Amino acid sequence: MAIAALPLLPPARLAPLAAEYGDARRAGHRRVLAGAILVLVLALLSGWVAEVDPALLWERGGHFFGYFARILTLEAGPHAGSLVLRDPAEWLWGLPRWLALLGDTVLMAYVGTLLGCLGGFALGLLSAANIVRSAPLRWGVKRALEFCRTVPEVVFALIFVIAFGLGPLPGVLAIAIHTLGAQGKLFSEIVENIDMKPVEAATAAGASWTGMARFAVVPQVLPGFLSYALLRFEVNVRGAAVLGFVGAGGIGQDLVEAVRKFYYNDVAALLVLIILTVTLIDAGTGWLRRRLLGAA
Amino acid sequence: MAAPAPAGGRVKNAPRHPAFAPADARGAGGQLALAARARLPVLRAAHPEQFRAVTPKRLTVVGVVLAMTALLGLGIWRLEIEPARLLSGFGRLLHFLTLMVPPAPAPGAGLATVLHALAETLAIAFLGTGLAAIIAVPLGFLAARNTTIHGAVRVLSRRGLDGLRGVDALIWALIWVSVVGLGPFAGVLAIMTGDIGIFGKLFSEAIEAADRRPQEGVVAAGGSGAARVRFGVLPEVLPVMAGQVLYMFESNTRSSTIIGIVGAGGIGLVLAEMIRTLEWGAVSMIVLLILAMVAAIDLVSGRLRRAMIGGSGAAA
Repeated sequence: MAIAALPLLPPARLAPLAAEYGDARRAGHRRVLAGAILVLVLALLSGWVAEVDPALLWERGGHFFGYFARILTLEAGPHAGSLVLRDPAEWLWGLPRWLALLGDTVLMAYVGTLLGCLGGFALGLLSAANIVRSAPLRWGVKRALEFCRTVPEVVFALIFVIAFGLGPLPGVLAIAIHTLGAQGKLFSEIVENIDMKPVEAATAAGASWTGMARFAVVPQVLPGFLSYALLRFEVNVRGAAVLGFVGAGGIGQDLVEAVRKFYYNDVAALLVLIILTVTLIDAGTGWLRRRLLGAA
Repeated sequence: MAAPAPAGGRVKNAPRHPAFAPADARGAGGQLALAARARLPVLRAAHPEQFRAVTPKRLTVVGVVLAMTALLGLGIWRLEIEPARLLSGFGRLLHFLTLMVPPAPAPGAGLATVLHALAETLAIAFLGTGLAAIIAVPLGFLAARNTTIHGAVRVLSRRGLDGLRGVDALIWALIWVSVVGLGPFAGVLAIMTGDIGIFGKLFSEAIEAADRRPQEGVVAAGGSGAARVRFGVLPEVLPVMAGQVLYMFESNTRSSTIIGIVGAGGIGLVLAEMIRTLEWGAVSMIVLLILAMVAAIDLVSGRLRRAMIGGSGAAA
């Protein structure tokens, strides 16, 4: 009934408007269609380059889930053939060694994050437009930071392993360099966004440059810095867990060996331990971050 | 208040206003400061809290800094970070750097091989991101509070997504290599598996943040639950999702450069080989090409993202 009450335009005026609306819609549809075709062509091209083989996936895809079933089934001991949880002592036979390696992994992430953040703090200040006047200096620092964060951590680790020898040291350095690049950029953005009024007030009251930085800049940027540093620590724990793949210390070495030598139960144990550690660290830093931001 | 400035500019050693004259030999403060300092004992007695040298907050800060330093010391001891090793290592690193100039192709890393490997890397990133996005859309809807079919399904899909996300792409690559064999296909599947977790979470958050009013409008006009999602939620979240997919594509061009290290295709395999055989000229060439590729992808994808945000803004 309400529809009948709606005023309708006379057909003579409605027709051109409707035609225009139709044209606009068709143009929109054509754009979407063209985009879809482009994406499809790119996908087919990528599929060809990346040797995608759906038949292979169909044939072996079951193995992916089968793999998880297999790593979660005990291979030896009195309970062989049942779920790993039936016999945790047999499953987690290497727990003391793995816990020590996990500790090393977290320590690598910690030392790397700390060194990287300290360096990033200094370089971030040097590339902040409102603090440093020299444009060439800022440009140089920015490009260096970009290089440090674009080259993947693992590539640095590969090179450092050859220069410093196997072990956690090259891993720590790789994490530190990558962190430096990533944090330097974030820190300089925080510094560029500070409120300049406290800086002017401190300067006007006769504060020296260090006094100005200490009482006008640091209180503003510290919560942001710490929050980003904690986030980066989470990321670095994940990163440190795989640096062992290239011989740069931590739990990754054992994981890659377990996968390659088909120690199925060890793979499950290591994956579970890594996921647990990462989850715990995330929860801990999340709690710290909320406290920090709440206090700020 | 201030003394009038002498005409004809400042006279050297002209007497300044007493308020600006140094009150004591150190030159800090003026009469105000002197007055305040005279009242210091009174103030100290009135606000003992403010004059305590050691406040609980300061103690916490000192404690945290000490604990962090101790942990750093533990790390340096436990991870065998020794000055001698650092020095000799940096010496070798400098030597490698001199060998990296000029960048040059090497046997096993000719320009054609490297370019093909780069194309493979891009293809892995593109397909991995695309497939993950397609698979993650339904999962994202199931994991969002306002579009899920059941609370239990939501919790289950959330935990599943968390599990996928908790494992690094490099580990997924290792597992997929043992399932489908060496080659870029394993890389595609590895990038896809890790990204499903990320996309599922991002999508579900975008869906939960969608404006309720269009959805209520669809329901009030008699739309079904499916119509509410199609016409009330989808138009709003689709541009957000597309932006996230492009962003992850940028990120994945970076991660797919390294998964070759475990044999999952792409430039990583060539790069790792060149580093292990100490072909430093080829290493620097490959790194420069990776940097150029990442910069190009960032540029294109950034343009697209801005165009999309602008486009959706104009349409809204």
